[in-house]
Amino acid sequence: MFSMKLKILFFGIAAELVNASEIEFSLSEKATVKECKMELQKLFPKLQNLNSYAIAVNESYATDDVLLKPGDVLAVIPPVSGG
Amino acid sequence: MQRTSIKITTEKLDLQACYDLVFDETCGGISAFIGTVRNDTSGKKVTQLEFSTYKPMAIKEMQQIAEEALTKFDIHKIAIHHAEGLLQIGDIPVIITASAKHRKAAFLACEFAIDSLKKTVPIWKKEFFEDGEVWVNAHP
Repeated sequence: MFSMKLKILFFGIAAELVNASEIEFSLSEKATVKECKMELQKLFPKLQNLNSYAIAVNESYATDDVLLKPGDVLAVIPPVSGG
Repeated sequence: MQRTSIKITTEKLDLQACYDLVFDETCGGISAFIGTVRNDTSGKKVTQLEFSTYKPMAIKEMQQIAEEALTKFDIHKIAIHHAEGLLQIGDIPVIITASAKHRKAAFLACEFAIDSLKKTVPIWKKEFFEDGEVWVNAHP
């Protein structure tokens, strides 16, 4: 259980909500992006205050069904507002 | 030949550089979109903005947009430059330039690039007002 180590980055308002820009995170082997989001929301209930957010895995947007691997770098991407 | 120029910088964006990067004698025109920091949001006075980025991913996404513009429209070159850090009213957060043999493609490429950037590139804007600060688009 929870033997897969990942790094999670937070940006914009997400960094303020969790009060961190980067954490080490553990999940069970073969967890998906969706499972990661659920665990993250348990750990940081304030993430639910966000309108919506996307997850990036190794610098690319990832859908809920993407399988995670040990060492992956994830990012919580709140709604973007560049330009 | 390099047909795209992508940059995120804390330095002042350089319109002349974005022009020079896409200029070519085979082209009949260059279209430019220049974003500028507006002094109000919904009637509230804005004092300054701060842009933060997930830089490596933002660069990748901007590169992807530039390459998509090259395949979608008959343009020669495209530059997409974005600022990060604190910006004051009137400062330039983004410049997009595109050169083409004929003007229509250049116009369309600029519009496509700024619309796509606003949807997908991981850059966040915080607006500062006289009585507080807000992350743009973060809440319903």
